[in-house]
Amino acid sequence: MIETIRASFVIARRDFTAIIFSKSFFFFLLGPLFPLIIAIAAGGLGQQVRQDIDRPVIGIALEESQAVKLAAARKALTKSLGNGGIPELLVLEGTDPSDPDIREKLDTASKPLTAIISGSLEAPLLTGSKGDVKRWSGRVALLSETALSGSNPVVVKTDFVAATGSSKKRTQIATAQGGQIILILLTMILAGMVLSNLVEEKTNKIIEILAAAIPMDAIFLGKLFAMLGMALVGITVWSALGFIGASVILSGMPSLPAPAVGWPLFCVLMVLYFSMAYLLLGSLFLGIGAMATTVREVQTLSMPVTMGQLLVFFLAAFTVTKLGEPVEWFAVVFPFSSPFAMIARAAQMENIWQHGVALIWQAMFTLVIIRFSVMLFRRNVMKSGNSGRKKSLLARIRG
Amino acid sequence: MTSHAQVNTPANAPLNAIEAHHIVKRFDGETAVDGIDLTIKKGSIFGILGPNGAGKTTTLRMLLGIIDPDEGERFLLGSPDPITKAHQVGYLPEERGLYQSMKAYDAIAFMGALRGLPLAEGRKRGRQMMEDHGLGDAANKQIRQLSKGMAQTVQLLGTIVHEPDLIILDEPFSGLDALNQGKLERLIRGQADKGVTVIFSTHVIAHAERLCEEIAIVANGKIPFTGKVSTARDRLRPQVHLETRNLDGPWRSAIPDDCEPLGHNWHFTLPESGVEPLLRALVEGDAGIQSLSIERPGLHDAFVHIAGEAVAKKMEEDNALEGEVA
Repeated sequence: MIETIRASFVIARRDFTAIIFSKSFFFFLLGPLFPLIIAIAAGGLGQQVRQDIDRPVIGIALEESQAVKLAAARKALTKSLGNGGIPELLVLEGTDPSDPDIREKLDTASKPLTAIISGSLEAPLLTGSKGDVKRWSGRVALLSETALSGSNPVVVKTDFVAATGSSKKRTQIATAQGGQIILILLTMILAGMVLSNLVEEKTNKIIEILAAAIPMDAIFLGKLFAMLGMALVGITVWSALGFIGASVILSGMPSLPAPAVGWPLFCVLMVLYFSMAYLLLGSLFLGIGAMATTVREVQTLSMPVTMGQLLVFFLAAFTVTKLGEPVEWFAVVFPFSSPFAMIARAAQMENIWQHGVALIWQAMFTLVIIRFSVMLFRRNVMKSGNSGRKKSLLARIRG
Repeated sequence: MTSHAQVNTPANAPLNAIEAHHIVKRFDGETAVDGIDLTIKKGSIFGILGPNGAGKTTTLRMLLGIIDPDEGERFLLGSPDPITKAHQVGYLPEERGLYQSMKAYDAIAFMGALRGLPLAEGRKRGRQMMEDHGLGDAANKQIRQLSKGMAQTVQLLGTIVHEPDLIILDEPFSGLDALNQGKLERLIRGQADKGVTVIFSTHVIAHAERLCEEIAIVANGKIPFTGKVSTARDRLRPQVHLETRNLDGPWRSAIPDDCEPLGHNWHFTLPESGVEPLLRALVEGDAGIQSLSIERPGLHDAFVHIAGEAVAKKMEEDNALEGEVA
């Protein structure tokens, strides 16, 4: 056992330094920046488009006195509903409120109009497309009533309490979902890299030197922990940059709903469950990847592996609101979904000991997968001659 | 077997470096190694001869614990679990490989670290060994920057950096030019002089003939012969090459009946009676000896005799193919 740990440390150190001190690691660190830039750019563009669409202008074809009242009502309502809640109004000068051809004004006004209010405040007629009319008729009714009453909108006094039972539950579900999403995203991005981890040794023909010198389990363990180390370095860098970015851009960290176990323990559990999710999936991927002899085979494997990851994520996500139900227990016990289900529990349940049990269970299963992968590898890959290479990947996995 | 300086070993240490009892390995229903028995004493240079595909590499992999035999048992330095003796063993596989981005001295240190040598000590030794082998300038270069021969030397140095008691080399001469083959032979002899057991597989019989005290011939997954090189050669009678002035006379009775002359030259196997009666018959029978040589058969002839013509032919083809590739 001590020899296995020593040997796995030799492998982990070699792999870790080889990755960290490579030029490509810098690009790996930059990796999340690209989707972030795309998300920001797409979000900005989307918001601009949405603003353009959501800023409706409604033409007013009412008597002048009624039009003034309506404008005053809008001004009063925007104080409580905000500028975005009430459509912009454009008085259509010289338009007869009872003009039967009022719809023609929709296309000839100085601004593109969403709809036109005609008739009177007591009986307003809203002319526009079906969708726009359905969307804005309620607001037009509110404007008309406010204009007719001539009173100021009622100001609602507020009395804040720290948290109610139901609001706490809701926010903790949000934390659970957030935690799961971060875990699965990191695992999906990082664990898949393990697939190609043994290809270098096989293409460089180093695998036989390693296999003759140290236990095969040590090779798998070492590689897994080197990749985990690299992943944790990446996460540390990204978290630090995210923290600095949020502090600078948002002038402080956004206030997030507190998880049931408290933030410090939740953060520790996030790291631990990420590590376990990574080791579980990584050991499986390493085992499958070890059967592959070429990078092309590894690429072919990536697709079903990603689909498998998504299935696990859907299972865990589905059970967030079903604490204690059989399906949630299944997600907790099933090793591959266990870390995600347990982080959701950490957000919603104060019980701490269950995490110790879960971590031990997940670690045990990781060792079982490694043992099984090593067995397959020794049985099917370490052959001299061509017999091992000629077999299909599926046949190699089947043995 | 020639005696060698023995390393200081405890009283209960095993006498044999390798013991294999009827080991069998099958791949996909095909038998690659078919019941091999092998004993290799400590402190010897031992050659495993056979053509490609004979089962040499599979045998070595089983002896090293890289793969397990389907049947039989093997002991490496007395242990049935060879990986536990990895610190005392150096192994150079047939398929050479190193991490391309590693510096040369670091690659040597890494291979030592795999077998328990502290990394700092491995780096120190790595630099020194490269210096000793005239590669001091290349110590800081990445493996990808080295020539093939240099990279092979680095790997060989990595195989012995931790000063093992047993060195196993699978086709170590393959891909090396004549100069580097000579260097490797000297290195093997040097290790053996220190009392280290060296086992190497090869399909080039000349190397085994020059280096080994004992050999095993592997053919079709079996070992038809294991023992001293001299014993293998003794399996064949010496060959007589004779040139006579006369083509006929009483002396002809001393030559096998089926031997036909080629001009005035005669080639035949030395009769059971030995050299003296033959010489006497030739002189007294007035053969008119122009020249006479009696050659002891080489290991190649012994190999052909033991392993069979087909196996020997395949080995020659392997040799020729490798020559073309090189």
